Amino acid sequence: MANNHIDLVVEPGEIHALLGENGAGKSTLMNILYGLLHPDEGEIMVDGTARRFRGPGDAIDAGIGMVHQHFMLVPVFTVTENVMLGAETTRAAGVLDRRSARARVLEVSERYRLPVDPDAEVADLPVGVQQRVEIVKALVREVDLLILDEPTAVLTPQETDELLEVMRGLKESGKSIVFITHKLREVKAIADRITVIRRGAVVGTARPDASEDELASMMVGRTVKLRVDKSAAAPGEPVLTVRDLSVFDDRGHEAVAGTSLEVRAGEVLAVAGVQGNGQTELVEAIMGLRPVAGGTVELSGRDLAGRSTKEILRAGVAYVPEDRSVDGLVRDFTVAENLILDQYDQPPFASGLALRPAAIAQAARERVAEFDVRTSSPQATVGTLSGGNQQKVIIARELTRKVKLLVAAQPTRGVDVGSTQFIHARVIQERDGGAAVLLVSSELDEVLALADRIAVMYRGRILDTVGPDTPRERIGLLMAGVTEETVDETAGGDETAGGEA
Amino acid sequence: MTAQTRPAEEAERAERPPEGGRARRALRAVASANAVTLTVLAVVLALVLGAILIVLGNDRVLAEYGYFFAQPGTTLGDSWQIVTDAYGNLFRGAVFDPSALSGAIAGTNSWNLVFYPISETLTYTAPLIFTGLSVALAFRSGLFNIGGHGQVIFGCIGGALVGFALPLPPVLHLIAALLGAAVGGGLIGMIAGVLKARTGAHEVIVTIMLNNIAFWFLQWIITKPGVHNPARSDAISKDVLGSARLPGLGSGLRADLGVVLGVLAAAAVAWLLNRSTEGFELRAVGLNPDAARTAGMSVGRAYILAMTTAGALAGLGGGVIVLGPAVHLTGAVAGTVGFDGITVALLGRGKPWGVVASALLFGALHAGGNRMQQSSHVAIDLVTVVQAVIVIFIAAPALVTAIFRLRATRGVSASLAKGW
Repeated sequence: MANNHIDLVVEPGEIHALLGENGAGKSTLMNILYGLLHPDEGEIMVDGTARRFRGPGDAIDAGIGMVHQHFMLVPVFTVTENVMLGAETTRAAGVLDRRSARARVLEVSERYRLPVDPDAEVADLPVGVQQRVEIVKALVREVDLLILDEPTAVLTPQETDELLEVMRGLKESGKSIVFITHKLREVKAIADRITVIRRGAVVGTARPDASEDELASMMVGRTVKLRVDKSAAAPGEPVLTVRDLSVFDDRGHEAVAGTSLEVRAGEVLAVAGVQGNGQTELVEAIMGLRPVAGGTVELSGRDLAGRSTKEILRAGVAYVPEDRSVDGLVRDFTVAENLILDQYDQPPFASGLALRPAAIAQAARERVAEFDVRTSSPQATVGTLSGGNQQKVIIARELTRKVKLLVAAQPTRGVDVGSTQFIHARVIQERDGGAAVLLVSSELDEVLALADRIAVMYRGRILDTVGPDTPRERIGLLMAGVTEETVDETAGGDETAGGEA
Repeated sequence: MTAQTRPAEEAERAERPPEGGRARRALRAVASANAVTLTVLAVVLALVLGAILIVLGNDRVLAEYGYFFAQPGTTLGDSWQIVTDAYGNLFRGAVFDPSALSGAIAGTNSWNLVFYPISETLTYTAPLIFTGLSVALAFRSGLFNIGGHGQVIFGCIGGALVGFALPLPPVLHLIAALLGAAVGGGLIGMIAGVLKARTGAHEVIVTIMLNNIAFWFLQWIITKPGVHNPARSDAISKDVLGSARLPGLGSGLRADLGVVLGVLAAAAVAWLLNRSTEGFELRAVGLNPDAARTAGMSVGRAYILAMTTAGALAGLGGGVIVLGPAVHLTGAVAGTVGFDGITVALLGRGKPWGVVASALLFGALHAGGNRMQQSSHVAIDLVTVVQAVIVIFIAAPALVTAIFRLRATRGVSASLAKGW
């Protein structure tokens, strides 16, 4: 059961935050409200009348709109076409009435201060603007309640600020908003009321002046401390040296354009940046998963050019890939099998060509215990585990061998608070044990919690490398591509530099 | 969302104490559609459908349905009679004929006749095990090997060439000829694997095209001097020498060592897939090539290995034909075992021992079909239809579940729905 007797009341003109960990049942609840899932019990009242939704159409008719975490836009359509989709108005003989739809888009975007170009093709728009299109899409249908499902997950800090601004504007015009998130800072910044959900049940409500630690404790169900205990780094020899690296992405664009960085033993270098600025390609090039177009990658002074991923892993590199379900795990394999995915042909797991099931099972039991992987058995398929536990399987696999360099890409994405704490502690433990850590994250909180140095990546380049005490705002601006020089030069001329707003 | 609800549900299920007695639990186990139940029901459904076709194919009984309401008893009785007669002969041809036993006891026929149906079944089963294993192995590695036909043909050619052109001492000759068959099939399988690994060419298209190439190559080579049998005017090769033939399992019976080799091959493939490092790699690549690559495996190498091994297995299937019952190459020596391998693997759910079981079923249907055609005048094509219907029901488990109102259990369809 994902939702158990939840009561939720949203008042008109209210921003109601729904706070909970991944898997707590937030999205299930909202999908019921939006008519995508059907309640087994209980009812939905809109303006005092009970309603039954057979599908999203009914929900929209009742004045409920939703912006999904993954946008439901057709990339090759224009903004207007996307807004029309599903509610096309036609003139005689079924001809689409684009003109009036376009006018509607402009009107709505003006009224609620949501600037969008109605004729732009969606594929060409930045993520933040695409999200705006989604909101416009809902507003055009004249909804009174807007559900925003994890809307800030894909945004830069600046875009997040803009979104919060838009939300305030909507509230002023009398719209209600349900804001689903697990980010405490945003909740505190915008919500009027907070409902915390855990394991499908409401565990309490809170006011936005509650402290972050309090909210987190409610979310997790026990006391948590959000900071990571760590002492100052004691950097040693350089372990990973990247010089003038250039890498192409799948579409043949230069995703990494002359990047240089160095990670020393015993320090955490965090590469911060909004997703899609070349971090993925940088990491894949280091791991031998993507060809290097120019420049060099060295591990402890040895050039990695032409080495296979297997050789790189064997040289003492541990790798936590960005997308665990695609690159990190074989869903239909057991936990035990996933725990040896990159060591299956090494002793003690194999002798010659034969696997050694006893040794594999033994190691699995030990690692499941050591890394606190919550699974019914090491022989359960990994797909049945929660996101956080799946990630712990990867961490367990990568960190039980001797690690010289840990490359961790988005290690806590979609991972609950408890597991995040655990993973962060393990990363610092590796650092203190003398490993070099290259952390790639688009979560600024994570970067600030773990990093000893922060390299901000923007459009394939490292714009600047700063210390961990740098103010958030400065890093946020760097993530949006604004360095101190460019602020002077272009003073508001750069479209992506929304920071000055 | 389902991913999030599942652990909770499972915990709930585990906590729940078992209700009712053993019988009820057993009943529930049958009612919740697991793979074995589904397979059995698919076979039953296919036979029912086959029965309808038998009636439809019989003009006399069909005519009776014209005045069905005048004498429904006769119509239904006659229908029942022709169906039981046909299926009775199917059984007698595939498994056991009681009259042969009583004849043998009375001394009117030889004991061989008692074992003849089983022997026929095993004869048809042997190559199907190999081609079924071939498709299953490729499938577990994430590849759909449609090239069984071409690989069988090259296996036949390889086995026959060594069998008649390379005189060796008895046992050694047979081993060499089997090797020749494996190499022939393996090479043509490898082509598809290499093309897939190096250029990304889709193995389905490549193997289909290779089937055509193999087929016409066979038509060409059996007319060439050195291969063609000079004593014959039609397109047929020389006979495989006695030293390279598979020894029979009983005098006067067609079944030979091929079926034993098939079972051994199944054991080998089971070991390879489940107990070896290479198999671990193949399965990982088959289920998630991205994760396999990220973990340092070479996906291309796995594809080449899988297609070569799959080709070698199908090639051995060809070897079992040409070194066994066929004895020489003809244009149609490979029959349809290459394509039947796909259905065998599907019915066997990609598992080596499942392949053996389903090959046995298809072999029995084939052997029994011959007898049914001779004695009941029901065309053997009916067997092909029954096989096809079985596979359709297997591929669409939801259909069987709906027909029998089984409780759906999760994950039954998952293993096969993917990739096929």
